Amino acid sequence: MMLSTRSLSIGYRRRGRPDAVLAEALDLRLQPGELVGLLGPNGIGKSTLLRSLGAMQRPLAGRVLLGERDVARLKPQERARRLSMVTTAAPRPRLMSGYALVTLGRHPHTDWLGRLSAEDHKIIAWALQAVKGAELARQPVAELSDGQRQKLMIARALAQQSDIMLLDEPTAFLDLPRRIETMALLKQLADETGLAILVSTHDLDLALRNCDRLWLMSRAGIKAGAPEDLALDGSLGATFHAEGIHFDQRRGSFTLDQSAGPGVYVAGDGEPAIWLRRALTRAGYALTDRSGRIELSHQQNGRGSSWQLRIKDRISQHATIEAALNELERRTK
Amino acid sequence: MSQLAGKPAAAKAAELSRQRLIERETSGAKPYLLMPLLALLAVLLLLSLALGSASIPLEQIITVLLGGQADHQSWTNIILKFRLPKTATAALAGMALGVSGLLMQTYFRNPLAEPFVLGVSSGASLGVALVVLSSGAVGGALLAGLGLAGDLLLTAAAGAGAALSMSLVLLVAVRVRSGVTLLVLGLMFGYLVGALVSLLLYFALPERIQAYINWTFGSFSGVTAAQLPILALFVISGLLLSAALVKPLNALLLGEDYARSLGIHLRWTRFAIILATALLVSAVTAFCGPIAFLGIAVPHLARGWLGVSDHRLLLPGVCLAGACVALCAALIAELPGNNLVLPLNVVTALLGAPVVMLVVLRQLRGRA
Repeated sequence: MMLSTRSLSIGYRRRGRPDAVLAEALDLRLQPGELVGLLGPNGIGKSTLLRSLGAMQRPLAGRVLLGERDVARLKPQERARRLSMVTTAAPRPRLMSGYALVTLGRHPHTDWLGRLSAEDHKIIAWALQAVKGAELARQPVAELSDGQRQKLMIARALAQQSDIMLLDEPTAFLDLPRRIETMALLKQLADETGLAILVSTHDLDLALRNCDRLWLMSRAGIKAGAPEDLALDGSLGATFHAEGIHFDQRRGSFTLDQSAGPGVYVAGDGEPAIWLRRALTRAGYALTDRSGRIELSHQQNGRGSSWQLRIKDRISQHATIEAALNELERRTK
Repeated sequence: MSQLAGKPAAAKAAELSRQRLIERETSGAKPYLLMPLLALLAVLLLLSLALGSASIPLEQIITVLLGGQADHQSWTNIILKFRLPKTATAALAGMALGVSGLLMQTYFRNPLAEPFVLGVSSGASLGVALVVLSSGAVGGALLAGLGLAGDLLLTAAAGAGAALSMSLVLLVAVRVRSGVTLLVLGLMFGYLVGALVSLLLYFALPERIQAYINWTFGSFSGVTAAQLPILALFVISGLLLSAALVKPLNALLLGEDYARSLGIHLRWTRFAIILATALLVSAVTAFCGPIAFLGIAVPHLARGWLGVSDHRLLLPGVCLAGACVALCAALIAELPGNNLVLPLNVVTALLGAPVVMLVVLRQLRGRA
């Protein structure tokens, strides 16, 4: 099943004033089995788009279609069987076990009492297994960490066995290993189960590495495409340009615009050279392409390794990058 | 179920019961914990029938309950005409107030929410106060000489006030999206009506004020055997509606957005919750007065005892616990072996306020 929009316009209705339109004339497609990353600066309307797609909020105009049917016209239970959500809300219900939380995901499939069949229990166990959260089943949700709770919320959405899953910043508040794990999990789910996943995130790097496609949201609207295409045609850089962030086409990552210092040349491509360049960028120096006034290099000789700094014709040796940077700063200020 | 098809029925049943055990274990639900509550309720019911200004032996009570005659005709009369209606009223009111508190606490995701916050008791108070004032204006003798008719008038007015305020809340609830907004509106409505009641009381005659105050004290003894079926009808229909809501209530534990994404029809659920509350609370308030603290305290007691948030277990638990607490309060209020009867609200406050304090303190500790 495919999620698509027809001239969708999202935002908020305001009494006595014109509508606050966040984006309009959107024609988007979310295909089975693909992981799509929704990227954009804060406040651009990513959450509003997700809420509109999930029928939690009425669009200002246009339609959201699940297959051929309008999401807003589907009965709540039928919609829940096709579309699951993980929102930014972080409920911590008291006296509820991890298992009971995931059980809630079976709601659209069970009777009025929510009775579970053996099949339901199998699906719940599978969902817990999929997020590597089997050991959380017996623990009280209120006592779990953010990362553990997020795992269970995703397992709950999985237990819904929907065709489409929308996640609003599932990696916020998680530490780096957990973020990498979560994005890898989503990619794996999309690949293996044919689930169509749309995930909004601020982890640009992780999105670039994992997503099949990106939706770049900016004031101009939404631009969709493969991450690499969007990087090469400059869209990625343009989306975040206003934030004072610079997209480094060569390295495929974002850096803050702060390279106002003097240019420094670093020779070579080995590991020491890579880390040397990172250090210089961090300290606010621009990197130059060819040998010039200032040059830094890594020296290997019989006594061990050292870092050699050359400014015009004065050469000095340093034991660490830190020491070399200190010397560089002292001499250039 | 599908992959089980074809297996012998016994194997299917074994598989299912094994799965239920897994579920029970992992969700922490212990249905057998309801049994002690049930036993306690039975004891309290008998005590409530036995104790009072005249103590009646247990076997005599059982004889009367089974349709026989007690050794003394007066005992039969006391049991059937006074203690049975009072006991049934207390049990019904306890269930109703407890369950309505549970509904509100879950819906608003606020451990201190209860039906009175929505302005129901204020509405009932307004109805009663209106009767008090108008009787004062029309002629002083109107109520004082009427006795039972006056009581009925007061009760009807309270019911009308409660139903009116509940319909107002219902009207707003269909339009207002957020639970918190509804809670604030209910509180403000309560203050507004409270001010009107104070104004009416300010201009009322002293003896009318006394009648009003008596109603606000709360009592389970005012319901006659003839009125009991009306109360029971309201309470039981409210409880049945609540039972039909256990699944949406469980989903609402995650908040409205998640409940909706789990396929809950939010607007209907909200409407049904408030309708159930109206059914449960308006009749009880009209017949027994505005009884405080049961609505807040009972759900917390039941949660503490059962250790779950699953409404499939919590709802029967709250029913039993509510009936037990109400019967307890009524017993304490009557001070067995003594002719003195304490106002019911004094007892419920003494029992309920510490529970509320504990809840607040525990919440603070949880946040720190």
